[in-house]
Amino acid sequence: MLDGLLRTLPISLEQGFAYGIVALGIVISFRILAFPDLTVDGSFALGGAVVARLIMEGVSPVYGIFLATVAGFLAGCCTGLLNTRLKINSLLAGILMMTVLYSVNLRIMGRSNIQLLTVDTFITPLENLDINRFVPIIAFFAAVAFGIKILTDLFFKTQIGFAMRATGDNEQMIRTLGVNTDSMTVLGLGMSNAFVALSGAMVAQDQGFADIGMGIGMIVAGLASIIIGETLIGKQTVARKTLAALAGSVAYKWIIAVGLRLGLAPTDLKLATGVMVILALGIPALKKEKEEKLHLRGV
Amino acid sequence: MVRLEHIKKVFNKNTVNEKIAIDGINLDIPEGQFVTVIGSNGAGKTTLLNLVAGTYGPDEGDILLDGECVTHLPEHQRARYYGRIFQNPLMGTAASMSIEENLAMADLRGKPRGLKWGVNKSRRGFYRESLKLLDLGLENRMKQNVSLLSGGQRQSLTLLMATLSVPKLLLLDEHTAALDPKTAQKVIQLTDQLVKEYRLTTIMVTHNMQQAIQYGDRMIMLHEGKICYDVQGEEKQALTVAEVVDRFGATLTDEALLCQAPTTGGTGC
Ligand SMILES: Nc1ncnc2c1ncn2[C@@H]1O[C@H](COP(=O)(O)OP(=O)(O)OP(=O)(O)O)[C@@H](O)[C@H]1O
Ligand SMILES: [Mg+2]
Repeated sequence: MLDGLLRTLPISLEQGFAYGIVALGIVISFRILAFPDLTVDGSFALGGAVVARLIMEGVSPVYGIFLATVAGFLAGCCTGLLNTRLKINSLLAGILMMTVLYSVNLRIMGRSNIQLLTVDTFITPLENLDINRFVPIIAFFAAVAFGIKILTDLFFKTQIGFAMRATGDNEQMIRTLGVNTDSMTVLGLGMSNAFVALSGAMVAQDQGFADIGMGIGMIVAGLASIIIGETLIGKQTVARKTLAALAGSVAYKWIIAVGLRLGLAPTDLKLATGVMVILALGIPALKKEKEEKLHLRGV
Repeated sequence: MVRLEHIKKVFNKNTVNEKIAIDGINLDIPEGQFVTVIGSNGAGKTTLLNLVAGTYGPDEGDILLDGECVTHLPEHQRARYYGRIFQNPLMGTAASMSIEENLAMADLRGKPRGLKWGVNKSRRGFYRESLKLLDLGLENRMKQNVSLLSGGQRQSLTLLMATLSVPKLLLLDEHTAALDPKTAQKVIQLTDQLVKEYRLTTIMVTHNMQQAIQYGDRMIMLHEGKICYDVQGEEKQALTVAEVVDRFGATLTDEALLCQAPTTGGTGC
């Protein structure tokens, strides 16, 4: 058992930080803006699709990652505009965008799957180092994840950051103070999905392929990570919420990895994740504790 | 300062639930006037404030603030004109943010926001001094989340936030109704003090007729979306609760208003 825990640690750290950036994005939409954004499944694959196509076209991987991030930002803004301009229910706006992105991603890739194993990606130089593959890769993903976490924390201490937090907390109040809450929602969802697409772009290179289905279940996995993280770290401040997202993501990947080692079928992964989230959200209600309701707007 | 021209507001238009909440109101409030508004439940008081604030637009008529037509200006663009306190004490503050952060947001009311630090350190002293005015000890809890405060404390904080960056117009919606009598008394006195100090044009909705008579330069009574009584100057100074009840008892079905009739001059029931 202990052996299993140790053996699965490196891969859990690698994936935990890589996917932790998705969890950071979901913190912005679900936790800060209180907007249940389901675009994530689509924008994660969008990030992978954009970067894979660009790399095949000969664009440098780093520039490809940048453009993938921009694409994610735009996708998030679209969801925001559907909700704020066309007054489409927040859940539905995300589902619509997710569905639209499925076709968009297929168009971008031209097929449902692009292999990246034979071409140079940002991973290649890391793998060519003369040390255990995990060391530079974990260090890289950890650095990116914590870098983004810190930037996010700082952003939410600025005037605009305050306005965005207040938009999720008390929309009426901050509008009375002169903030266009629609713009805040659009901007926040843009940022959120930019993070998600960035993660998708890096994960595609790390795993060696981009696939049309790579985003399926991402939102639930991200929520599971956040819930686990918040149990471990708490959620009193923005800095804690973002730290919880990263720690929770590593913990989640670790739980899954150990589960797989113990015989969990890979095909049952999403079932297990779903059950995890259901339990986490449902147990307080069953225990008749003070209902800790997920405060969400527009649902 | 505030001018309403033939304002009409209908909810659920063309349905069985159609409700004419404001029915052709004309109102002109000169700069610096303190107007109190009374009326029974559902008379349209909150709707009137929402229309002035821009929470929603009128079906008919025009609204002018400071000479500018703002009828079609969205709420967030009107914010530079007014500070506002809601009927619900939880509505004026962001619970998940600290007292200091809430004050800093109010400090920027109607101003452009950028990537500067949300809490300007040099303003902290000013926030502390302002909080001392409330005399609730909040100046020592500036880093605490607003969710830890009581409703009364939150409403007092909202009053401070509404006047922190001095507005041209102050909109108050029964802002003391949810408070215990002692806190309510303090908040109303502080309101009066701030209004006088900054010579704020003020619209204060209240259910307490004693308050409506005692404070302000002018009193308006709303009934079914219309202004049914408008009194100011010496006539208002001389007004008593009993008098108003005598005249309007029939339209004032509201217990909160009526139960004060026997105790003319009393502060509550
Ligand atoms: N958003 C809305 N949708 C439908 N009807 C509304 C809406 N807001 C107010 N009304 C109706 O308009 C009328 C006036 O409501 P308003 O809230 O202005 O009353 P009020 O004078 O503030 O009453 P109270 O003293 O109870 O606060 C009421 O009949 C109310 O039911
Ligand atoms: Mg009201």
